[in-house]
Amino acid sequence: MVQAVRLALHYGEENLGVTDVFGEDVGPPLGGVFTATQGLKTAWNTPLDERGIVGTAMGIAYAGGRPVCEIQFCDYGFNTIDLLKVAGNQRWAGGGGWELPLVLMTPSGSGIRGSLYHSHSFESWASRLAGWKIVMPSNPLDAYGLMLSAIADPNPVMVLLPKALLRLKGDKLIPGEPADPDKLKSMIDAPVGDRSRWKPNWPDVKEFFIPIGTASVVREGDSATVVSYGRTLPLCVQAADSIRKQSGATFDVIDLRSIFPYDWKAVSASVEKTGRILIVNEDTEVTNFGEHLLRRVIDEHFYDLVVRPRVLFGRHLPGIGLNPVYEQNSVPQLASITTALADLMSEEA
Amino acid sequence: MPKKNSMPVKDRGVETGDEILSAERCLQIHRIMVRARAMEERMIKMSKSGEGFFWIGGPGEEAFNACLGLQIKKGQGPTFDFLHLHYRNSATMIAMGMELIDGIRQMGMTWTDPFSAGRNFPSHFSRKEWNVVPVSSVIEVQFAMAPGTALVQKRHGDGVTIVVGGDAGAAEGDFTTCMLWSSRPGNELPVLMITMNNGWGISTAHCTQHSCEHTIERGKAYGIAGEVVDGNDPVASWFAIERALRYVRSTRSPFMLEAMVSRLHGHSSSSGAPRSADPDCLALFEERLLSANVIDRPGLERVHREARQEVDAAVEKAGQEKKPTPAEIEKFTYAPSAVDAVYPDDYTGLP
Ligand SMILES: Cc1ncc(C[n+]2csc(CCOP(=O)(O)OP(=O)(O)O)c2C)c(N)n1
Repeated sequence: MVQAVRLALHYGEENLGVTDVFGEDVGPPLGGVFTATQGLKTAWNTPLDERGIVGTAMGIAYAGGRPVCEIQFCDYGFNTIDLLKVAGNQRWAGGGGWELPLVLMTPSGSGIRGSLYHSHSFESWASRLAGWKIVMPSNPLDAYGLMLSAIADPNPVMVLLPKALLRLKGDKLIPGEPADPDKLKSMIDAPVGDRSRWKPNWPDVKEFFIPIGTASVVREGDSATVVSYGRTLPLCVQAADSIRKQSGATFDVIDLRSIFPYDWKAVSASVEKTGRILIVNEDTEVTNFGEHLLRRVIDEHFYDLVVRPRVLFGRHLPGIGLNPVYEQNSVPQLASITTALADLMSEEA
Repeated sequence: MPKKNSMPVKDRGVETGDEILSAERCLQIHRIMVRARAMEERMIKMSKSGEGFFWIGGPGEEAFNACLGLQIKKGQGPTFDFLHLHYRNSATMIAMGMELIDGIRQMGMTWTDPFSAGRNFPSHFSRKEWNVVPVSSVIEVQFAMAPGTALVQKRHGDGVTIVVGGDAGAAEGDFTTCMLWSSRPGNELPVLMITMNNGWGISTAHCTQHSCEHTIERGKAYGIAGEVVDGNDPVASWFAIERALRYVRSTRSPFMLEAMVSRLHGHSSSSGAPRSADPDCLALFEERLLSANVIDRPGLERVHREARQEVDAAVEKAGQEKKPTPAEIEKFTYAPSAVDAVYPDDYTGLP
């Protein structure tokens, strides 16, 4: 996925007017702690100052540039919340005077044994930032298509990158991506050691927008609806596939992809069909974004539901501990998702 | 604009030390100060009469602010100056050409308020054609944004970024952010950082919280030069701003200016906006204009009378203009987007 982000940013520099890709360790020699920005011609390093990063992105956007800034881990974005609020409300507050075309990308969620400060989720916080659009891919092709849309959109867009999936290899190619992964690697991954004279050899990747606000139905079925995004999405697919094998039950598995605006039509149509819904994410459970979806399901589909609708989410805890026992028992895993799905299916209507 | 012909004008103008500001310029600045003061005093009344809810503004900062507004390279886009103002900059806006009625419209929360469509507090300006980015109530955030506009400007022409805040606000990390990001070695940015030092942050005196007297002293750590100026003196202010802008424009690197000013009506209407006994830049300037024979008393009275008439007419007209309606609460949330399936034009409520 990290290569897909890089290819999207490269495409953005060449075709969508990206002027600045910046953040802590984003420029050479490292090209980002996850290497998402290696070899990009407009990438540069900033002081270790998240408020400066967000503020500068706003200034660049005001002055007609097209910035993509990175908060190294969303865990370190909390001290920028008021700037994010201002970025989201400035157009509204200014009576429509200004556009603020900026992209903020940041790795989010658990799954890299990151302990307290490399495991936070951000989407529930982000969903409260009116004026922003928030997207979260769960595979490389979506990361590419959502990043292009984030860049092309003239509003602030936050791209949450699931940390656990950044090394994931996709099963679909980006248009123009070489089919051989080793070839791609040799073209765009910086060598270990001295990189001072290295230059990437970019493949001729093509335009591919995934419109903001469009979900993807990754499995179709009639028995129940599962809505997820980010790290937990592939786990939901796995769980649905294994239950299908065992019991023949089939699921609509919806990858939301956009947290805001979310694709209500897709969720609504599916619930109407199945009458059973499980929403899965890994953010903490009190005032969780999934609760908002649940509320709408109840408000608008109460009489379509055949069993109690539910949300599976992270535990309300101060953090995720380093010993794997903590992480395994704090945020949804394959086993807990499978159990939740099986329960959803087995409850009598 | 001053009616030059009708006034007895002495050629020398007004001087501070060996700096002389021409009579013509003095009269131009004076008229802006008077108009700004008349507008603000009327706005304070509106906040008490129920025509508005809250007032905050810049009485006491007019001398410096008028001089600043007159020296801006005004226009749209990075080749012109960018302004990240705070909520006491009305005289800057008036000097740039803002009509008083626009300030009154924002005070009166009309839909025609060009800065915020009746949404934001008074003196929260925003004007894209003049590169005035939206003023936010969140103290000091403008200092985190200023390096961004300056960074783009460094790539195009000779525009500079001007960012303004109060002395108490300089305690926020964003002030340090601005110094740091504007002085990165090899990447210095054309930023003029201005502190309007009125000695107060609401009820807290500057000297009780800050061990250094002036915010510009912090610039030393970042290699940023600075100057303190008497912001109650338009002559000194004019030349200090001229020097600072020339430096930033030509060297493409940062500079800090600190204007010592008065806060003439307290912090805001929340503290009742009572008139303080601090030195009044307008009264002081008028004494000097009189003693330099730049204008006579009837001339001064005429300027004040015309300003009052202008404000009266503005209040009258703005009072009849359209107010926001419930149908408009979502408007202007999003700019139109070709890649958004839900909100291609603007926000329309939940998806
Ligand atoms: C971040 C933030 N904290 C607190 C406030 C509340 N507040 C509004 S104005 C103000 C004092 C500002 O003082 P100063 O920066 O010196 O500017 P002045 O009002 O004196 O011009 C405070 C604390 C705010 N608006 N924003």
